[in-house]
Amino acid sequence: MTSPVPRSSQDVNNLLEAMTAQYGYDFSGYAPASLNRRIHRHMQSFNIESVENLKQIILKDEQAFADLLRSLSVPVTEMFRDPPFFKYLREQVLPWLATFPFIKIWHAGCATGEEAWSMAIMLHKAGLLSRSQIYATDYNEEALTTARRGIYDSPLLDTWQRNFKESGGEGDLSDYCFQRYGSLRMDRTLQQHITFANHNLVTDHAFGEMNLVLCRNVLIYFSRDLQNRVLDLFKESILPGGLLCLGPRETMRFSSVADSFEPVEHEWKIYRLKQGFQL
Amino acid sequence: MKIVVIGASAGGSRALETLLSCLPADFSVPILLVKHHDSGSGTDMVKWLHNRTTLDVHLAEDKEHIQAGSIIVAPPSYHLLLETDGSVSLSIDEPVMHARPSLDVLFESAALAFGDEVLCLVLTGASRDGAEGAEAIRKAGGKVYVQDPETAEVPVMPRAALGKSGAGFVLGLSDLTKKLLEFANE
Ligand SMILES: C[S@@+](CC[C@H](N)C(=O)[O-])C[C@H]1O[C@@H](n2cnc3c(N)ncnc32)[C@H](O)[C@@H]1O
Repeated sequence: MTSPVPRSSQDVNNLLEAMTAQYGYDFSGYAPASLNRRIHRHMQSFNIESVENLKQIILKDEQAFADLLRSLSVPVTEMFRDPPFFKYLREQVLPWLATFPFIKIWHAGCATGEEAWSMAIMLHKAGLLSRSQIYATDYNEEALTTARRGIYDSPLLDTWQRNFKESGGEGDLSDYCFQRYGSLRMDRTLQQHITFANHNLVTDHAFGEMNLVLCRNVLIYFSRDLQNRVLDLFKESILPGGLLCLGPRETMRFSSVADSFEPVEHEWKIYRLKQGFQL
Repeated sequence: MKIVVIGASAGGSRALETLLSCLPADFSVPILLVKHHDSGSGTDMVKWLHNRTTLDVHLAEDKEHIQAGSIIVAPPSYHLLLETDGSVSLSIDEPVMHARPSLDVLFESAALAFGDEVLCLVLTGASRDGAEGAEAIRKAGGKVYVQDPETAEVPVMPRAALGKSGAGFVLGLSDLTKKLLEFANE
């Protein structure tokens, strides 16, 4: 390819190496375009002139590193985001989950937790929550704190309600969240079935024996190589016959694990791990 | 490797129709398109364009490679970015000036990845999104042309994207098409 290498790319590589060496966070497999953009936005908001400068600062100052980490994570999410996807889960996937005596679900890259709470509400409505365990993980500790607390801004409720209705949800979403002092508090009884945990998809291990893994809008931030590694991790974590859901514009088509999975639903990128493929 | 990036907003569907329907099926430069969506489905927009151009039009899929003869459209609610290796990435980073997809995000990534190999067109729109990205492309040595604000359905966006560059960079739609063809044949 003849395209010019951006002048700052060596500096960015040095920065990423320093972050791995000093703090154990490895961003070298992230897709460069959005990573660069976030690094530069961070530099603007912290008045840092150069990437080299940023590197020196984070090497000396752990708090400065924590700030950078926060800028690099994009914990953008929504309750029942993509309602038709949740409708599909409700109508097609829950009846299948109901055939298991115990149900294990992993939300990888859960951000502030809305997707996991949505899942818990759906399972509760279907009478399945009592035998379900949801693991919801992210590497962004601040987002996880919000997720665990289960308290969100009230103005969000309109969007939530709309998404919930569009996803075919019956009854009222406010049965599951209580308005208090301008905020929404998720029902505590749901929480007993959700474990929010810090987990880094780049460096941490697989989770065992999942019936269902959801990793939506996380792989878009990774290069193809890292996507392949993470998809491998999911393959190890899913029971034979279990399901993997990616984001609607993500695909497994280019990946090395594609042969181990079969597509179940094309539009919403739902795949099933073929039976003979578990270790 | 060359690349065309196009941004359009309010009034953009008709402008895009005029612009893109004149391109031949063997147009040799890949095109990336950000069109602000009012709401909902980008599939509608793709279908609409599909019937109006001989080029292949589709919504971007993460990490696909750009190809001659294709128009890759940013999906609703995702930013579209160009990588140095000629693949595209999506992101759901915060909207930029209320827009996601945003012209600025695409243009800045294109400037960084492809530098002076970029041709950028900014069409009708009511937003100032695209102005900074267009400046980044000019700085990287790429070319930016804007739809003539006088004839654009909404002049704000092309006017903002023009920045300090002169009258030679303001063109009617048919001249913009000519620029595209020239760029491909250069
Ligand atoms: C855009 S959010 C997606 C949230 C949710 N899954 C959804 O689709 O609504 C992406 C999340 O991925 C997380 N993430 C990015 N890299 C990660 C990694 N290496 N390990 C774990 N989580 C990661 C970010 O912290 C962020 O919260």
